[in-house]
Amino acid sequence: MPTLSIPSNLYWFPRSLINLWNLGIIGIAFLMALPVLVIASFVFLPASENWQHLVDNLLAEYVSNSLLLMVGVSVGVLSIGVITAWLTSMCEFPGRRWLTWALLLPLAIPAYIIAYTYTGLLDFEGPVQGAMRAWFDWSYGDYWFPEVRSLGGAMVMLSLVLYPYVYMLTRAAFLEQSICVLEVSRTLGNTPFRSFTRVALPLARPAIVTGLSLALMETLADYGTVQYFGVSTFTTGIFRTWFGLGDSATAAQLSATLLGFVFLLVIMERWSRKRARFHHTSNRYSEIRRYQLHGKRAWLAFIACLSPVLFGFIIPAGQLLYWAINTATETINWSFALLAWNSVMLAGISAVVAVLLALLLAYGKRLQGNLLSNTGVRIASMGYAVPGTVIAVGVLLPFAWLDNSIDAWMREQFNISTGLLLSGTLFALVFAYTVRFLSVSIQAIESGLGKIKFSMDDAGRSLGLSPTGVLARIHLPLMKGTVVTALLLVFVDVLKELPATLILRPFNFNTLAVRAYEMASDERLADAGAPALMIVAAGIIPVIMLSRIISRSRAGGVQE
Amino acid sequence: MSCLTIEQASIGYNGTIVVNKVDLALGEGEIGCLLGPSGCGKTTLLRAIAGFEPLKNGRISIDGNSVSTPTHTTPPEHRQIGMVFQDFALFPHLSIFDNIAFGIRHFEGNDKKRRVTELLELIGLPGHGSRYPHELSGGQQQRIALARALAPRPKLLLMDEPFSSMDADLREALAAEVRDILKRENITAILVTHDQHEAFAMADSIAVISEGIILQFDTSYNLYHEPACEFVADFIGQGVFVDGVVNDAMQVETELTTLEGELPEGCKPGSKVRVLVRPDDILHDDCSPRKALITEKVFRGANYLYTLQLGSGTELLSLVHSHHDHAIGEKLGIALEIDHLVIFPADSASLADGK
Repeated sequence: MPTLSIPSNLYWFPRSLINLWNLGIIGIAFLMALPVLVIASFVFLPASENWQHLVDNLLAEYVSNSLLLMVGVSVGVLSIGVITAWLTSMCEFPGRRWLTWALLLPLAIPAYIIAYTYTGLLDFEGPVQGAMRAWFDWSYGDYWFPEVRSLGGAMVMLSLVLYPYVYMLTRAAFLEQSICVLEVSRTLGNTPFRSFTRVALPLARPAIVTGLSLALMETLADYGTVQYFGVSTFTTGIFRTWFGLGDSATAAQLSATLLGFVFLLVIMERWSRKRARFHHTSNRYSEIRRYQLHGKRAWLAFIACLSPVLFGFIIPAGQLLYWAINTATETINWSFALLAWNSVMLAGISAVVAVLLALLLAYGKRLQGNLLSNTGVRIASMGYAVPGTVIAVGVLLPFAWLDNSIDAWMREQFNISTGLLLSGTLFALVFAYTVRFLSVSIQAIESGLGKIKFSMDDAGRSLGLSPTGVLARIHLPLMKGTVVTALLLVFVDVLKELPATLILRPFNFNTLAVRAYEMASDERLADAGAPALMIVAAGIIPVIMLSRIISRSRAGGVQE
Repeated sequence: MSCLTIEQASIGYNGTIVVNKVDLALGEGEIGCLLGPSGCGKTTLLRAIAGFEPLKNGRISIDGNSVSTPTHTTPPEHRQIGMVFQDFALFPHLSIFDNIAFGIRHFEGNDKKRRVTELLELIGLPGHGSRYPHELSGGQQQRIALARALAPRPKLLLMDEPFSSMDADLREALAAEVRDILKRENITAILVTHDQHEAFAMADSIAVISEGIILQFDTSYNLYHEPACEFVADFIGQGVFVDGVVNDAMQVETELTTLEGELPEGCKPGSKVRVLVRPDDILHDDCSPRKALITEKVFRGANYLYTLQLGSGTELLSLVHSHHDHAIGEKLGIALEIDHLVIFPADSASLADGK
């Protein structure tokens, strides 16, 4: 949404109400920033014995593994994302149309779930190695096969499901580029390939960097994959100190270190988004005339675009389907229904909360448009960058403290023990999800609200509507689709979330994601199939919505 | 009795004054126009009339009722105004029928239907009620926006740059059409524009605004031929200023000729003045002994607009029938025919003096 000058048509809001808006925005922003503030405050705490032990023995491994993972994922997502974006936006070949949206499908699969499927497929007992042994009559030790459960394996898994971020934003950037600049390049004597490397790619660079930083934030946030593959990173370290050592202070300090890395990524993202604004060279757009590919080149392009879909979605989804069908008789029962209900309820409540808060923030910002509300909204939507593990620790620490204080006070005053009011209940979970995914709903609501021009408000007023009448009769009908979109996006993200759920869930409370994780941890991969498949099925919904937006978008329609 | 009265109205925010002590009155059925360059405050004034901006000072009355004072601003929905927006602001989720009926929600079903049908006929789009805004062309959307604003029979119609998003040739045709509709319905209206041709085509009287001040409120004929100040003279139509001196016979002697006419107040023999010379004041005459050098020429279809230079270096504009095609660098014989002598004191650089 473009920054708005103070909308002069809104003076009719009484002063006191304007202050209420301000208070609301500040309050929400503070609550959303609370976990990060708590974690950051641990930087100033003196180092404990455990922390010293961590620094001496483990921290180097965490840092190097996390960095290597980021490098590997960067290479993976950049090569897949940029090449497929270029092919689908600039070239014409058989299958381009459906591959354009199919390339988004891997977004539906959480990294930990794709990791389970490939482990099942490629492990020693898996069908691939089994077939090789049967075919060549080998037995254990006769041959070499790459180990899936390794750092390299984690790089591949994460790349396969995270490249769509780069693909999506880069493709949008290519489409937004005026075809004129490419044609100018051609008239100045550059071949199509040179035009790509010298004009299109540099112009798209900010978008590529934005996509990369989003993919890397997800990489740092990942817990399920690295934990399953036995790769020690920050997130697994936080879990180990939290659950293994029971040392919350050290876990928080480790989280603060991880936040430092995240902060760098946020800066990188902001910087690239800012640059992207200056890369719009022309306001006139004409339909891109794609290069028609024939014969061998067309096949190569087809294979290049099909492979990410095949390995990132079709094969893992097929494996999940196979497991789910095979285990259906044992897994599909009442306890599974309860599991699904828990997930749906939790995701539903979180989605409603996040969208209500987003409506409040976005509306406040539209009415006020001042520095305070802009900053408030920006702070409130910082959570997307913060790993779920960090948020969970940052939520649990203050809540536990509050619980204990309330409990102690109540016992002292009334001799009643209130127990864990906040930290042991779904409240903490919903709060953490809201912190993490509020930005998703804010982005959707803001873009929807931004499309309603201020002249609409004025037109309503001049035709006899009161301010609330404008809200009810003009804004709400126009926003319906946007609100549904925002609800769905948050819903699916919550469904997929693993680490925060693991830390914050009430005792004996399970969700689909947790069940899939537990089954996989127990080496019962096939039993993880059914819950995982449900998560993936739900995850396809926002992918379809995204692909519709993308196919509809011409100049300037996508992103943000 | 006038339908719209503005007295000493000032508008501003954060210490800057956007509109400064403006007076304006519009009679029933009259079409007024606020004309000025962008940023002159004309849109702010219109929004104040609509009730979207509060007044710092002064008063706005519609139909005899005071609606805006520094202490009270009647909200827009209680002013009985209609407004046509620059981007039309048609509601995309409603059909054309529902858009036009939006302001008459409280009408009985049959009355509502009759009024909408009547308006669709008035704007020449009968039978379009079931369509949606995005299915219509820009010109059609414009007329729907007008119909929607007219539906509740407003006391005053406000139009904010209503034709600015149109193609130039469509613009004037549509402006004439809209004027026709307003006149037929005897509607008092005020429009804002930066395009003088649009203003000429629509309005009965035009207020030329600069830097928040109304410099002149007059008919288009008078604005062109009897501008009140140099800014208006410069802004409306084309022309150049030629220096002159008042002689003892109270005539103005210029490089071209000696002119007679009404002089500005306070002129004495010896006063320096500036004389407005329009392109149509300079006639082409091959026999004329007075020659000027052609430095530029622009083809205008029926005419050529020549830029001429006198021996002293003074520049003139001349509108000449396009059969007289002369090359740049040639000398052109010219004759003067100034019907309306427009003279300003030479030191009246400041605009406010023109009042």
